[in-house]
Amino acid sequence: MRLTAVAYGLLALFALGVPLLGIYPVFMMQLLCLAMFACAYNLLLGFGRMLSFGHAAFFGAAAYATGWLVTAHAWGPGAAIVAGVVVAGLLGLAVGALAIRRQGIYFAMITLALAQLVYFVCLEAPFTGGENGLQGVPRGKLLGFLPLKSDVVLYYVVLAAFVAVFLFIRRVVHSPFGQVLKAIRDNEPRAISLGYEINRYKLLAFVLSATLAGFAGSLKALVFGFVTLSDVQQSTSGEVILMTLLGGTGTFFGPVVGAAVVATLQQYLSDLVGGWVIAIIGVVFVACVLSFRRGIVGELAAARWLRRAPPPR
Amino acid sequence: MKLRMLTLATTAALAAAAGGTARAADEVVIGDIDDMSGVYADVMGAAGVEVVKWAVADFGGSVLGRKITVLSADHQNKPDIGAAKFREWADQNGLNMLLGGSNTGVNIAMAKVAAVKHVPTFHIGPGGASLSNEDCTAYTVHYTYDTVALANGTATAIVNAGGKTWFYLTADYAFGTQLQAAASKVVEAHGGKNLGAVRVPLGAADFSSFLLQAQASGAQVLGLSNAGTDFSNSLKAANEFGITKTMKPAALLAFITDIHSLGLPAAQGLYLTTAWYWDLNPETRAFGKRFYARFNREPTMDQAGAYSATLTYLKAVKAAGSTDPDKVMAQLKKAKIDDMFTSGGSIRADGAMIHDMYVMQVKTPQESKYPWDYYKVVKKMAGAEAFGPITGLCPLAPAPK
Repeated sequence: MRLTAVAYGLLALFALGVPLLGIYPVFMMQLLCLAMFACAYNLLLGFGRMLSFGHAAFFGAAAYATGWLVTAHAWGPGAAIVAGVVVAGLLGLAVGALAIRRQGIYFAMITLALAQLVYFVCLEAPFTGGENGLQGVPRGKLLGFLPLKSDVVLYYVVLAAFVAVFLFIRRVVHSPFGQVLKAIRDNEPRAISLGYEINRYKLLAFVLSATLAGFAGSLKALVFGFVTLSDVQQSTSGEVILMTLLGGTGTFFGPVVGAAVVATLQQYLSDLVGGWVIAIIGVVFVACVLSFRRGIVGELAAARWLRRAPPPR
Repeated sequence: MKLRMLTLATTAALAAAAGGTARAADEVVIGDIDDMSGVYADVMGAAGVEVVKWAVADFGGSVLGRKITVLSADHQNKPDIGAAKFREWADQNGLNMLLGGSNTGVNIAMAKVAAVKHVPTFHIGPGGASLSNEDCTAYTVHYTYDTVALANGTATAIVNAGGKTWFYLTADYAFGTQLQAAASKVVEAHGGKNLGAVRVPLGAADFSSFLLQAQASGAQVLGLSNAGTDFSNSLKAANEFGITKTMKPAALLAFITDIHSLGLPAAQGLYLTTAWYWDLNPETRAFGKRFYARFNREPTMDQAGAYSATLTYLKAVKAAGSTDPDKVMAQLKKAKIDDMFTSGGSIRADGAMIHDMYVMQVKTPQESKYPWDYYKVVKKMAGAEAFGPITGLCPLAPAPK
């Protein structure tokens, strides 16, 4: 336990010192947004065992909402982020209410189909800019005084948001709600027989996950100053699954590691090999599925379990 | 109190960050962001980076006593990747000038970054005329061609040759619809009629139902408002269906590489508009020869444009005696551009580079005498005719009264 605390402390120090270390803050912000997205996804997959193939819909819808409000209606960044998160939450409610009626592959297919619907709306709707997306989204001033134009200021805002979401997810999982969710994950009939309205729990988990994914999308819209179709595309949904699985589902820190690995690979390999990045990441994924199924953090945690006590199952 | 502390800390961090990035002042950095691996990779791509390096070498490798370096990246046709890379180079590598390759969407995203970061940016590969209209900035130049010039060239030539009724096969995205709109306008202005259009998803594999709709329209001309593999696949399919016997196909954007991959039997008789062709004059042939020796194919107009744009920028830097973006842009908008790409070209206030365009017709296999002998010049259009008047949509250039 103490080791974990030290690791978190070091990581916090690193995160705070990023601008001083000469690491490019925009890249770190992208990484944090992806990490937040993956953490949100992990809440659904890791703790609710619901495999959604359409999470980019929430990420992208919130990004479009925020981008559009800031650009076309001159909203402040704070209000626009809140609006984006609300849009993602409502969309999550609608999609979740339909999807949780089925399980497994059917659940995945329903989320995929509805996400494609959102994609085509974003492609054809008049305010989204079609193939060109929304460009030149200004960052503005947070709460009217904090200028986000500086990368460093925005970095600390995004970092604070990420830490808040991370702690929130921990809190949710450790709450009675989270325990019931895990119970449903591990044995659904038993949870029903104990008298839990499992659909309510699943729906709430789905909406929470969609909302937080939307938060990540809204932040990304401000960080880069544009929203494009790739934010709502199927490949983004696939990427978040990959990040979560690679890092370790059902661990708190796994998605963060997964996001860091994928984002770094994309950033540095794309200069060297161009479009082959996708193939390389695919190979990494295959290796992960074949040899370390619990993901990076999952395997590390399992190794520690083995040394101390028999694993839980 | 806490807020003040935070502000102080942030300021300190900012100062440190500023100190960290203030390098590369002894170099002039040119970047090229393009599709290096996807559907447009042959239009500019890796060979485009190579010609930029040629231009740098031909200029002498340095300007104002500063070494010139060339960076390149693959945007994978994603606006987010292109814009992020551009922003990173501007923040971290002291980028002085950017060349934007294919894809209008990616270039619009990069134009927004150019406006914020004040980096002179040359759009080489994209067609969307919005880049010198509603998406124009004080730091962007739309160099090679645009949808308006393509439509003015090809559509005018075909309507005048008797193709009065048109039906469009349009790629379902910004570029395709902009091109269709531009062509429709030209057709109507010359007394032709637009009978309809069908929008085809980007990268479609099966064109049969769309082509049957086109055939059923009874139009004389099939306007192919698409590009790259979409263009060659749709034309091939039209040939297979025998549609080209009753309808005349019109290529609204075709590169010489497309014609090469289609082959002359399929492409013969096609009208198209291009900014540059390797077999125009001794200078273009010399560039073609140099390119052919290295890549075993002739260059596209985009590759020639990339070479020319790099030289144009370096000449402007030399004339202005500085890499200061405002001074360089002012110099660019004064200068006349004379090189193997064009003669008497000039950059207008809205950023459009005004130069001659050529309406071409693809030769028949019998007419073609040697490898890559594909086009005959139908008409040379002066820049003003090709690119049309200033529209007033760009805030930098009010429409003439």
